[in-house]
Amino acid sequence: MNLNSFIAMRQEIFLLTILLLLIVGEIFINKNKKESLVHFALFLFGIHTIIGFFAIEETSLFGGMFRTNTLIHFFKNALNVGVLIVLLQSADWIKEKMVPLNKGTEFFMLLFSSLLGMYFMISAGDFLMFYIGLELSTLPVAALVAWETSKRISSEAGVKFILSAGLASGASLFGISLLYAATGSIYFADITEVLTSTNLTLLGFVLFFAGLAFKISLVPFHFWTADVYEGAPIGVASYLSVISKGAAAFILMILLFTVLKPLMHIWENIIYVVALATMFIGNLFALRQQNMKRFLAFSSIAQAGFILLGLITGTQLGTATVVYFILVYVFTNLAAFGVVQAIALQTGKENRDDYNGLYRTNPNLSLVMMLALFSLAGIPPVAGFFGKFFLFAAAASKGYYLLVFLAVVNVTISLYYYLLVVRAMFIRKSDNPIPFFKSKIYMRLGLILTVLGILVLGLYSPLYDYIFELSTIFNK
Amino acid sequence: MDILSLFVIVPVLTVIALVFSKGLKQARIISMIGSFIQLGMAINLLFAYFKERAVDKSVMLFTQDYIWFENFNVHYAIGVDGISVALLLLTAIVVLAGVFISWRTDDLPKEFFVSLLVLATGVYGFFISIDLFTMFVFYEIAVIPMYLLIGIWGSGPKEYSAMKLTLMLMGASAVLMVGVLGIYFNSNADGGALTFNILEIAKVHIPFEAQKLFFPLTFVGFAVLGALFPFHTWSPDGHASAPTAVSMLHAGVLMKLGGYGVFRIAMFLLPLGAIEWSWFFIILSAIGVIYGAFGALKQTDLKYINAYSSVSHLGMVLFALLMLNKTAWNGAILQSLSHGFMTALFFALIGMIYGRTHTRDITKLGGLLKVMPFISVIYVIAGLASLGLPGFSGFVAEMNIFVGAFQHEEMFYRVATVISVSAIVVTAVYILRVLGIMLMGEVKNEEYLHLPKATWFEITGILLLLIPMLGMGVAPLWLSDMTMESLQPFIQGVLNHL
Repeated sequence: MNLNSFIAMRQEIFLLTILLLLIVGEIFINKNKKESLVHFALFLFGIHTIIGFFAIEETSLFGGMFRTNTLIHFFKNALNVGVLIVLLQSADWIKEKMVPLNKGTEFFMLLFSSLLGMYFMISAGDFLMFYIGLELSTLPVAALVAWETSKRISSEAGVKFILSAGLASGASLFGISLLYAATGSIYFADITEVLTSTNLTLLGFVLFFAGLAFKISLVPFHFWTADVYEGAPIGVASYLSVISKGAAAFILMILLFTVLKPLMHIWENIIYVVALATMFIGNLFALRQQNMKRFLAFSSIAQAGFILLGLITGTQLGTATVVYFILVYVFTNLAAFGVVQAIALQTGKENRDDYNGLYRTNPNLSLVMMLALFSLAGIPPVAGFFGKFFLFAAAASKGYYLLVFLAVVNVTISLYYYLLVVRAMFIRKSDNPIPFFKSKIYMRLGLILTVLGILVLGLYSPLYDYIFELSTIFNK
Repeated sequence: MDILSLFVIVPVLTVIALVFSKGLKQARIISMIGSFIQLGMAINLLFAYFKERAVDKSVMLFTQDYIWFENFNVHYAIGVDGISVALLLLTAIVVLAGVFISWRTDDLPKEFFVSLLVLATGVYGFFISIDLFTMFVFYEIAVIPMYLLIGIWGSGPKEYSAMKLTLMLMGASAVLMVGVLGIYFNSNADGGALTFNILEIAKVHIPFEAQKLFFPLTFVGFAVLGALFPFHTWSPDGHASAPTAVSMLHAGVLMKLGGYGVFRIAMFLLPLGAIEWSWFFIILSAIGVIYGAFGALKQTDLKYINAYSSVSHLGMVLFALLMLNKTAWNGAILQSLSHGFMTALFFALIGMIYGRTHTRDITKLGGLLKVMPFISVIYVIAGLASLGLPGFSGFVAEMNIFVGAFQHEEMFYRVATVISVSAIVVTAVYILRVLGIMLMGEVKNEEYLHLPKATWFEITGILLLLIPMLGMGVAPLWLSDMTMESLQPFIQGVLNHL
């Protein structure tokens, strides 16, 4: 380890430092002042996010196990911003509900360890590092899902999550070992050169893909999603739906476009089918959901299906559009989850019918929600439209017009259920609407950040061009 | 700042001002001022256009081009020709009239005017764009406020109608998106760079197979907004549930986006596809013309009558465009303009009648000519224009359409034309039926004898629409010349392939 490797790993090292500081703080702080640790953690993570924006150079460490470059670094920053928003939106919940139970600091520690796992996962240069990152990012989340131990539904979700996650990572590990058997190496750089399409590698790929598909909640590995989102604390659900999903989609893309490129003629077809199944099942199941968390769960399954439209291309355009879409999706989905969380924290209500007449009592929250839903549905001029249009353009550039056509059919289906929420908030009237309330400062900050993201990301075009430039790294 | 971008900037500024306004009075004054400025700009643009056209013979005038997304070669590119200028003027007039007609919106007035002006922004932006991507963005911006406008301020089964309308139109625009992508990825067929610019793409020889595939997608994507049979069903329900100003704006302006997009994008960029598919869509649009007319004949709700009449009239626009010749196309443009003023006027009058009598059922109305003479007389005038009486705007348009359509020598086109022409007779029947039942005869309800007179803002709104409509009928030539001249490059692009 020399200074340069420190700089290359500074995101990981800094996050680890925060983690340790929190542990120390937890030990030494006065029992009555535990609340201040929430501010402390937020403050440190805010600094961490800002420091992340300093540029980094392409580096490979530990004999190629760990690597980083501008695109990976950019994506880590996107994850940081997303986690920061999640934390801001959950801060009040932690302060009011969790700190009295003495479970405040651990929440941050577990969340940060999971994020650390994601860093390692997307920076991995070989399958071993990748697998360690995958596990590190999943296991803490299982504890977080079951965080509200007093609620039965939360514990149930935790069990469900850990069981499915275990199965998925087992499948993934088996797939990796088969790939190792076929190629004799776990290093990405070596595998690419010797990988050929045989039955063994095919089986290895499918099993490996299943593990990641679980994290992205692609059909048919999506069964855990709705139950877990419903049972988990809302902050954790939004973390799962955005950060965890985004990171997994990103590493899947890198692996498909680089290491597994020789198998492209196979994974193209698999992704085609999975994309269709994910979009249709996600959308059709979302139609009938009453609970907002379940609703957002199925909507996020459907959105994952759209991401696959960019993955199928295997080109620079595909990389750029996928990264851009995930970035937009982070802000959009967090806005929707943020509103749900604000309302649930204040009133405990989570059903769509409870939102009836919301605009007349809480206009600002309703507008944020509408913006988020329009962005999810892909309506201009908000960012979601550009994200989707570009993804579809990527798929069309390879001639997948039928896939794009079926995707736009799905967009129309999804518009229906997004409009149902808009209808509840704006059109329906209620005898018993959610009364007016003012959210606390952290929550408002979290929502404002998301709104800014939704409005600016789409119209500010240099950002996309910048991502496109970065994407050359994986498409040489 | 260039003269065209103002058409987007001014409504956006108006919306921003509205956000900070309080109460109905401020909201309506701000919207009125904003719309007045728009109208002034549209008139100014008309004269500027004439001046510029005398010296500049290029297809589009006042063009501006800013790079937006460099990697996709997306530009914010704008420019106008005579047709867009005329349609911009129509939009400005209808929006202003709509603001006047909505003078007394009690429920959430600020939000109402914001939605109305967002819709207007989309329409203005659509008409000035010459970049496919920008155009598509504005197209969707124009459609989505309809959901809130109908849902919140509508009447009757408004939730159902709003959802139906939005889903059908957004579904169509989703299909259109595939068409747009198809055109984009074939725009390098001659070896150039991929581009969204309409004028650039028109020079490219897109392969026949691609045109055959993408023309129906693009055509249907636009034509659903122009009430193409069998995708017209959103229109009667939507219009019947919408508040008055929204019906005006929607039937008067928004539905014109369909026909405009068809000739500017679908046919101009994919001429071979248009030739290949025209027979199929001619059948559909001819059915629409007849079906709409008979539908209007059977309805008793005034708004439904007008909505079906719109289906029939706009079916004629699509029908004429599909005939692929210059006279018919010119008729289509004139019909769009004439129908825009006429139908907006109709919906304004219906709103006024409904506001006083609280019914739109013609069987319950009667003798209105005696109780509300002003409104009734205007209704008669609008009715006569609608059935295409010489001297009114509808006559010029329909004359052009059918003369143009009959120029085809093949039997198929002639039969289709004859069938469509017969709709004119049905139109006369349903118009005169309404006039007879509703305006003539005895007053059926004693209460109607004491109805309030038309207020100043209502009269202003109506005159705004009536004057251009009459003007078009009396002196159609200058308008016709302007559109005809601008049509030339577009129709030529198609004719070269026939």
